[in-house]
Amino acid sequence: MSLPELLKNRFPQYIIATHNFRGDETVLLKREGLLEVAKTLKEDSAFDFKILMDLTCVDYLKFGVTPFNAPTTVTPSPLPFFMKPTKDPKGEKWERPEGNASRFEVTYHFYSLSKNHRIRLKVPLDEKSPEVDSLTALWASADWFEREVWDMFGIVFKNHPNLKRILMYEEFVGHPLRKDYPVNKRQPLIGPIN
Amino acid sequence: MGAVDITKLDFFTSKLDAAIGWARKFSIFQYPFVTACCGMEYMATACSHYDVDRFGAGLPRFSPRQADVLFVVGTISHKLAPVLKTVYEQMTEPKWVVAFGVCTCTGGFYDNYATVMGIDTIIPVDVYIPGCPPRPENVLDGLMKLQTKIEKGEKQTKLYVPPRTS
Repeated sequence: MSLPELLKNRFPQYIIATHNFRGDETVLLKREGLLEVAKTLKEDSAFDFKILMDLTCVDYLKFGVTPFNAPTTVTPSPLPFFMKPTKDPKGEKWERPEGNASRFEVTYHFYSLSKNHRIRLKVPLDEKSPEVDSLTALWASADWFEREVWDMFGIVFKNHPNLKRILMYEEFVGHPLRKDYPVNKRQPLIGPIN
Repeated sequence: MGAVDITKLDFFTSKLDAAIGWARKFSIFQYPFVTACCGMEYMATACSHYDVDRFGAGLPRFSPRQADVLFVVGTISHKLAPVLKTVYEQMTEPKWVVAFGVCTCTGGFYDNYATVMGIDTIIPVDVYIPGCPPRPENVLDGLMKLQTKIEKGEKQTKLYVPPRTS
């Protein structure tokens, strides 16, 4: 039984969807279940994910809104769960039935040294309250990753011990990797705005 | 005895300036402010193959107070800009600044929230060495241009004011 199926059997109430693209197991999760599922992933011997390899975020604000930034049909990687391809045979138009309800997707990559397997968790977050539980209590490496995601995307990690900017300076206003941050808006500490 | 002959004094001081300029141009003590990939090319230039010591610039000083020339090598972010300015202000006169690589000259291919669009908006720059990164020959060409400037006693004192402000 594959890892996503194992998880799906154990937490049917939290799992939104699963997919396996070219051997990468991915599980989409409701944010209420993150802590519980993560604890199982770390401590259950069937999973034994001792390493949190990466933690990042995706902003889907402009994804698939125009053909220019729609996913390509040449390499058909899985669509975000909230999007559906239309019946257009060229596949150049995509539908977002929910609008921006799942604007952000916080992504976790886990690796197990003993079992040599990997899994990816994705937690979709609402535009209005981008909050999710912190994993610092389970994996210490989550500390700086979560600070980076807070700095760049403005995702609030609840119960994080030290949630402050890690890359940008404290005077910086906004979160630069959000798709609605103007791409070349600068906030210099000294010197002219250019 | 009478009044001091000013024309003779003038003649004498200008020759002294020339002598000092000639001496200064072969005793460049540089402060390498290395932040990014251009540092590799800076090291290649400074080592024996291209031998920056031929130009009297072979002894980098790692305190700005002992340095004459500030080599800004690599991208400068807005977070780092106050540090660069402090380092520049700590240097004693006479001092010159070399912008090494396009990122320091203009911001290079960066046009985003993080990068300073040219260090000449923060500190006055004497010599620009473009390139991504510049070849050592290019660096040596810039160094010789700097020597010419030092010899003549020329110095950039003005900042660049960008036309696009908002």
